[in-house]
Amino acid sequence: MSALLSCHNLVMRFRGLTALDDLELDIRHGEILGLLGPNGSGKTTFFNVVTGVYRASAGRIEYESQDISKSSPQAVYRAGIARTFQRSRLCLPLTIFDNIMIGNHRRLNHGLWFNVVCRKQLRRQYEACWDEARELLMTFNKALGTRLLNAAGSVSMIDRRRIEVCRALVSRPKLLLLDEPSAGMTHEETNELMDDILIIRARMPELTIVIIEHGMSVIERITNRCVVLNYGRKLCEGTYREIALNAEVQQAYLGKS
Amino acid sequence: MFSADKSPGPLPAVVGVIAIAVFAMLLLRIHDQWGLLVLAAVGGIALLVAARTGAAAYAERAFAAHEPLMNGVVIIAFVSVIAVLARQDFSLLILATVLLYSIACLGLSVQLGYCGVMNFAGAAFFGAGGYTAAVLGAHTGLPHLLIVLAGGVVAGLLGSLLLLPVLRTRGHYAALITVAFGILFRSFLEVNNTLGGPQGLTVPGMTIFGWSLGKGLVIGDTTLSFYFNYALVTLGLAIVVFGVTRRLERSWVGMHFDAVRIDEVAASTFGLNVQGLKIMAFVIGNVFAGMAGAVFAMMTGFISPTDFDFSTSLVLIAIIMLGGLGNLWGILPAAAFVLILPEKLQVIQEYRFLLYAGAVILVLLFRPAGLFPRRLRRHFPLKAPSRA
Repeated sequence: MSALLSCHNLVMRFRGLTALDDLELDIRHGEILGLLGPNGSGKTTFFNVVTGVYRASAGRIEYESQDISKSSPQAVYRAGIARTFQRSRLCLPLTIFDNIMIGNHRRLNHGLWFNVVCRKQLRRQYEACWDEARELLMTFNKALGTRLLNAAGSVSMIDRRRIEVCRALVSRPKLLLLDEPSAGMTHEETNELMDDILIIRARMPELTIVIIEHGMSVIERITNRCVVLNYGRKLCEGTYREIALNAEVQQAYLGKS
Repeated sequence: MFSADKSPGPLPAVVGVIAIAVFAMLLLRIHDQWGLLVLAAVGGIALLVAARTGAAAYAERAFAAHEPLMNGVVIIAFVSVIAVLARQDFSLLILATVLLYSIACLGLSVQLGYCGVMNFAGAAFFGAGGYTAAVLGAHTGLPHLLIVLAGGVVAGLLGSLLLLPVLRTRGHYAALITVAFGILFRSFLEVNNTLGGPQGLTVPGMTIFGWSLGKGLVIGDTTLSFYFNYALVTLGLAIVVFGVTRRLERSWVGMHFDAVRIDEVAASTFGLNVQGLKIMAFVIGNVFAGMAGAVFAMMTGFISPTDFDFSTSLVLIAIIMLGGLGNLWGILPAAAFVLILPEKLQVIQEYRFLLYAGAVILVLLFRPAGLFPRRLRRHFPLKAPSRA
């Protein structure tokens, strides 16, 4: 499998702190990659650098053989990389429909004239989007599909995650970055959410997914391959079995005995 | 009594609008101080009772369910109030002023209420429109409707000067820059002799297609106040600006404004052009304020720097905070409260800034979303998609 995204010597420094330290990492086409590591090992920073929220201090990120390390978040999104956030970042005062449509930005018409004057055409675009958002939500939770006009703040945590995932998927990305989707979920909810991810997998076999996760059972169940970070460096990579048996990994998590 | 059944008829909303119109009419007509105090008290109590019993919410739901009809009813109510007061200069002047401030506040709503762009220089943009009208009206033969538009354009351009510093800073710092700009604007006017310095400028009255608004209409043997004309024209402008703002809100653009306000980082990761949207909101808002300022100048016939000082900017902010950020209908009652009461009640005139400050603090403490909080945003509130 060839690499969809690969970083070379990626460095991210925040003043004295080096969050990513010469990171070398490949993400292959169509895989589900688990990104692991103790707290503060640079997992979320990696997402933020890839999506352009932070600008890398040094190094390159090659995505479809183009360097995106200096791209703006908007350009990264247009290139087909979408993400969710560790702490849910929905617009809670807006409707579920609006929240999903924010991810659909690329395909909406933003002209001032179109939006203010051409209401009929706007309505048509709106209805098409409506069907799409509804269908997308229904794949995860039938009940949610009927509540598109409720405020996003009115639904449970797991449904909020689903909305976030839909917001990322509606843009039809090639690479989906999931930042600890099970954070704050109960055991049962986590399982449901992983079922959802496997549904996405089945429906969009082309999609490459990177997931940050702490639950080992989750990692074992859904990932093809894992990369473990520690202090901003790649500690090791391999299948779940391989990394679970790796002595360095055990040491990073549990400390020296 | 005010059951939560799905679709109330339009009647409760019509009754509500009529009640508010009658109240406004009395408020503008009565000059006796004790009478005004009683009226204000009655109005306050009525509002409380309506809120407590659920009557207000019921009427609001009725309003939302029959929106196009109710928009018409509100316009008719306005025209009736203007007609009843047709011979009273002072009352009509206040009414038109309330409408013009409301238009400027619609602009602020686009900026602060929708997109979250701070603007503490609202009065400066209002004034930019006013001075444009003064200069163009005195020195050119441009049609006056074009001058109103020009007032908006000049305010929009003047605002563009602020874009760079405002966009490069965040939160309080961006707010401070607009504060500084507002103060600078006034100082600039005071030392600029071509623009009249502290004495200000006289502004020619408005003429639309040969109709000179400065002369009162004569119907039979009664002469109406010339402010009657201005009140009607102002109402027309308010309707247009309100319509544009409403459509903007209920579109993809409005949705993106909201997303930028609520979470800039999330918005930019989904490809929204955060800076571009902020620029758009800022410019649109300033254009609205500038157009209102141009009409204001032509109506009052005279403007000076004191009309557009920092405290006026604060009044504009107070109005949208009291009314409920982003709720367009909330602007009108809030503007009426802030502008009419102190103007008529001499007891509180001296203390009006104390009154505003107190009101804003109380509202922020007890009803942070304003007296009339904004409803959940929808694109087409009346027609849900077929398979909802």
